[in-house]
This record gives sequence, structure tokens and C-alpha cells, in this order.
Amino acid sequence: MTEMISPDVFASVPDPDGRFGPYGGKFVAETLMSALADLELVYRDLSCDPDFQKEFDSDLAHYVGRPSPLYEASRMSDAIGGARIFLKREDLNHTGAHKVNNTIGQALLAKHMGKKRIIAETGAGQHGVASATVAARLGLECHVFMGAEDIKRQALNVYRMKLLGAEVIPVTSGSKTLKDAMNEALRDWVTYVDNTFYIIGTVAGPHPYPMLVRDFQSVIGREARRQSLAMTGKLPDALVACVGGGSNAIGLFHPFLGDEKVAMYGVEAGGHGVETGQHAAPLSAGTPGVLHGNRTYLMQDKNGQIMETHSVSAGLDYPGVGPEHSWLKDIGRVNYVAANDDEALTAFHHWTRTEGIMPALETAHALAYAEKLAADMTPDQHIIVNLSGRGDKDILTVAAIEGIEV
Amino acid sequence: MSRLTPCFEALRNSGRKAVIPYIVAGDPTVATTVPMLHSLVAAGANVLELGVPFSDPMSEGPVIQRGHERALDNDVSLSQVLDMVAEFRQEDQTTPVVIMGYANPVERMGYADFAAACAAAGVDGLITVDLPPEEVGPLNVELQKVAIDNIFLISPTTPAPRISTITANASGFIYYVAVKGVTGAGHLDSSDVSMHLDLIRAETTLPVCVGFGIKDAESATAVGAMADGVVVGSALIDTMAGALEAGGSLNDGVNKAVALLGSIRTGIDNM
Repeated sequence: MTEMISPDVFASVPDPDGRFGPYGGKFVAETLMSALADLELVYRDLSCDPDFQKEFDSDLAHYVGRPSPLYEASRMSDAIGGARIFLKREDLNHTGAHKVNNTIGQALLAKHMGKKRIIAETGAGQHGVASATVAARLGLECHVFMGAEDIKRQALNVYRMKLLGAEVIPVTSGSKTLKDAMNEALRDWVTYVDNTFYIIGTVAGPHPYPMLVRDFQSVIGREARRQSLAMTGKLPDALVACVGGGSNAIGLFHPFLGDEKVAMYGVEAGGHGVETGQHAAPLSAGTPGVLHGNRTYLMQDKNGQIMETHSVSAGLDYPGVGPEHSWLKDIGRVNYVAANDDEALTAFHHWTRTEGIMPALETAHALAYAEKLAADMTPDQHIIVNLSGRGDKDILTVAAIEGIEV
Repeated sequence: MSRLTPCFEALRNSGRKAVIPYIVAGDPTVATTVPMLHSLVAAGANVLELGVPFSDPMSEGPVIQRGHERALDNDVSLSQVLDMVAEFRQEDQTTPVVIMGYANPVERMGYADFAAACAAAGVDGLITVDLPPEEVGPLNVELQKVAIDNIFLISPTTPAPRISTITANASGFIYYVAVKGVTGAGHLDSSDVSMHLDLIRAETTLPVCVGFGIKDAESATAVGAMADGVVVGSALIDTMAGALEAGGSLNDGVNKAVALLGSIRTGIDNM
């Protein structure tokens, strides 16, 4: 940690230009600038409108099933013998991950703006499923852009989206993964900007997306804070969450940023190992640059070309990260670390067998790190891990890696 | 002053319109780029737009995306693009060259180094698709030091009050994007273009050129009647790539694209 940071600082970002320190901003083609300005205005109005907040809260309670439980993983904590580990059970949300908190919020914005067509990009398919779900519920046309490589890895989620009535559009350019899906979604948005609302699935993209996605996801941390106080009488000593774009992590972290005694760990995808270059860990091993509408840490080569990433989990396979994370790294408020593919797979099995909770492979990165962290702490301390999603979607991937035919 | 202002003044004085081809540097090969630029000038190009290949060209349609991919397969970097401009300048000191691309390669090089390298190579202007006026301040400071024009896009979705914000930051010329969409997409609506050109001209005396959606002599002529110039990109690259895919030689591909540019020149001059 660096010197003490005033809690007010965390409430002051982004500034009116969408900046988190030097990061964030609106680096997009001119055609989208007015759409972003419209969205910003609508969001500024609605975010302080009690009726909108009530509608959002009601949907979260009755459709998503919030609040999600905070669960003490006793058997795992006993086995480790260090800090007690609590899981924030976002996997129990409708559609099985934290993603839906944000899609509910953005779909309400789309409804208020009178947009009849929504588009989304997806990596693991969780955000695509969550978008297709809210589109079905509101009767909106939904198009989901997904890398051809990810379509192979996540066949179950692709079929779920189709069942929900969404069109899944394979993206065959570039590395055929999440970043290319986002390029294609931006191209679609430029073309159909008048009637289309782009539901970005993470805290990246141009302003105001990193801000509004953070705000919608912060329900995770607000609940966790109350639940921690109720269950343990104190705030947690540490928070752990996986970071791809970083929406589940910012959702958990944000309401605690001003609590200087709460340590925070964002776990990136180490892939085959950060030292091999085959990973998806821009905060651990990247440099600042501009991609997808914001300035942030990126995996890029010496000429500024975006590099292909590798992670066993499609949802973390992204060369950038939300700009607020870049800022939190630079000011030293959050520690960013990495867990590699093997560690995540080990944790996937370990937690499934020990707690009867099968985590998403993305989440397994956070769990892998939490085990190490807990071991270096004491039983009077406690850690909250964001259990951001369930692992059903990944069982075919795990089986394939282990040479098992399902 | 860059070469752009005198170029447009001369065109205006002779009642002619600017024909501006766009190609991606290093597509299909590094060796073809500079000779093709000279051929385009010979075929009637007044200003050259040279695309800087980028891994994530978010505003490009499929035709130009593939151009970027081919160039990246040839490992073309921003500094190599500037080397190509310098090589072009050895034989042509008068035709303005504008480089067009995305922010990240420029960020990576650093604004001051980039501006200096552009000046040394003989670049006249810059179009950065994802650097709107809100984000361009620090780069503009560096470009102004070396008198390189920063050219901005105005689109059909740009609200009228915003046009003056853009023109206040712009020099060289204004690039009006005639269609909502990516490069090479859609059909442009002449009356819509005409209305927007009027709005832009109410705010600036800079020349206004129109691009996106210009495919041939006919569409170029329709736009040329209203604008100070036309930009043709996807149609040229599609013609070139199509000839290569059909088994034609590199020369054949380049020649067909240059011939298309020539027909656009003739069409506009005879309108």
C-alpha cells in the first residue's frame, strides 16, 4: 500500500470527461460521440431518480434473486487453516453469474431511451446469456457478437442464447475471441446507432460505460459489506476477485475502497504463466495504451499492436482491462496478481470436491489465489471471494483438457 | 503550413475537386506501396491517404479490415509507414500525404516522437479515427509545433452545435463521413450529404471532403458536385484484392485499382 488515500477520492472518479486519473476517456469514432453523450445524459438523470432506482432494485430482488448469500466456506477454511474464506455467491443469480446485475440495469436504460434493438459482445457467453435473457423479458431484438473460437469453447451458452431468441453472430476476424467480438459490436453500433443500445458487459469501453457498469455491479460490494458486518461483526480483511475486464471485481471492491484496512486482490489470468507471454494479464505485464474507447493497461507489442491473449477461461481472455482498475493499480489501492491455467483448474476441482460448489473457470482463478492468501493469514481474519459465476458452462472444457469424453 | 492548404487553394482556383485515394501501407506487399502511390498521383490523385495498419481497426468494414490484416502479416509498423512516406518524398515533393489510423500505435510511439517523425518523413496531415476533439489536445500541441494538419471526421450523427467544436481543432480539411457505418458500407444519400455540408461550411472555410460509400465515378461525381473532394478507399482495395484472388499478378491488382481511380478522376473532371 502507498500512503493513505482520502476516501473522497474514490467517489470523485470518473471526472466529467470519464477519466480515472490518466485512464478512461472516450476514444471512439465521431459517429458514436453523440450516442455516448445521449447515454451519459440519460444515465445522469436516471441514476438519481428514485423511481428508476426502485425499478432496478425490484428487478434485482424478484428477477435476479438478490441479495446473493455470503457463505462461509468452513470445510475449505479448516483445510487451509488460515483466514476464514467467505464466498459472495453471485453464481446463484438468475443466469448463473454476476453479469445479469449489469444487463438488468442497461436494459432499463435502453427501455427509457426507447431503443428496440440491443447488441452485446461476449467471451465466455455469460454476458451474452444475460443480455439475451433481459432482451427476451423486455421483448427486444438481441444480437450477440462472439468470437468463433469462443463459440467452440462455449457451445452450451451459445445454445442458451439461441433458445432465448438471440442471434449469435460468429466473429472470425483477428484472434476470434472477446476483443474481436467487441470490435464487431462497435462496428454494428456505428451502423445502427439510431435504434440500437449497446450493452457492454464489463467496466471497459468508452465513458460512460466503465462508470455505469461499475455502479450497477456495486450492489455486490454493498451487500457483502452489510453481510460481513452482520455475520462477523467486522469488515473483511481482504477481498479477492478475478479480473478480465474487471466488472465483478469492481462490483465487489468499489464499496470498500474507502476502508483502508480492507486489502484487495484482483486476480488476472496467468495462462501458461506470465513469464511465457501467453496469458491475459495486462495489469501484471502490460503497458498503457488505447483500445475499445478507453486508455488503460493493454497487452501490446512494441509497435502498439494488440497482442493475442491466452487463458483457459474465455471470460478472462481479453488484452485490456477496465480503466478504473488501471488507476487503482497505479495508486496502489488494489494489488493485481495472476493465477495460471493449471492453478485455476486445480482450484476448480478442489472447491467442487470440498465445498460442493462448482465455480466458473474465471472464478477459479480468484479461488486459487484466495487459497494461497488465506494460508498466510490467521483464523481470526477473513477474506471475501467473489464467486462470480457457476461452472456448468465449463464442464466440457474441463473434460476436454483432461481427455474425458462426456 | 503543410502541403494541404496550397493544394486545395490551387484546386479551388482552377475549379477542380480533390480526388483522394486511400490504401493501407504494406497491403498487399511492402514493395508495392510506394510505386502504387506514384501511380495513383499519375492517375489523377491530388492528396494521398495512407492507412496505418492496426490489429483492431474498429471503424473499418471487411474490405479494409482484410487490408490491415495483410499488412500486419507483412509486419508493417507505424515507423515503417513513415519510412514509406519518406521514400515517396524522394521523388514527389508536392503531393500532400495524410496518414490515417488508430490512436494506439501513435500512443505507443509517443506524441512528440511521432510528430517529429512525421515531419521528418514529409507527412502533411493526420486522421486518427478514435481521437475525437475531446481526446486530441496533447497530440495537437505536438502536431502544431511541426505544422502537421490534424484532420477530423464529422459524421451524420454529429449534432450541429458540436460541429464548431470540431472545426476549432481542425486544419487541412474536414472529412465528412457520408454514411453511418463502417468503411465501404451502405449507400450515401446525396440530399443528406448536401445538408450536412451546408452546416459544416457555416462554421469553417476549410475544404470539406467526403468519404465512406464512394464506390465509382457515378457516386464520386454526385458527391464531387457538392464537396471539395472525394475519398475512395474500399472500392480501390476491393478491386485490387479481387484481382489478386482471381489469380492476377501484383501488378495486375495494382493497375486495376489505379485504373478505377483514373475513371473517378475523369468522371469528376467531366461533370
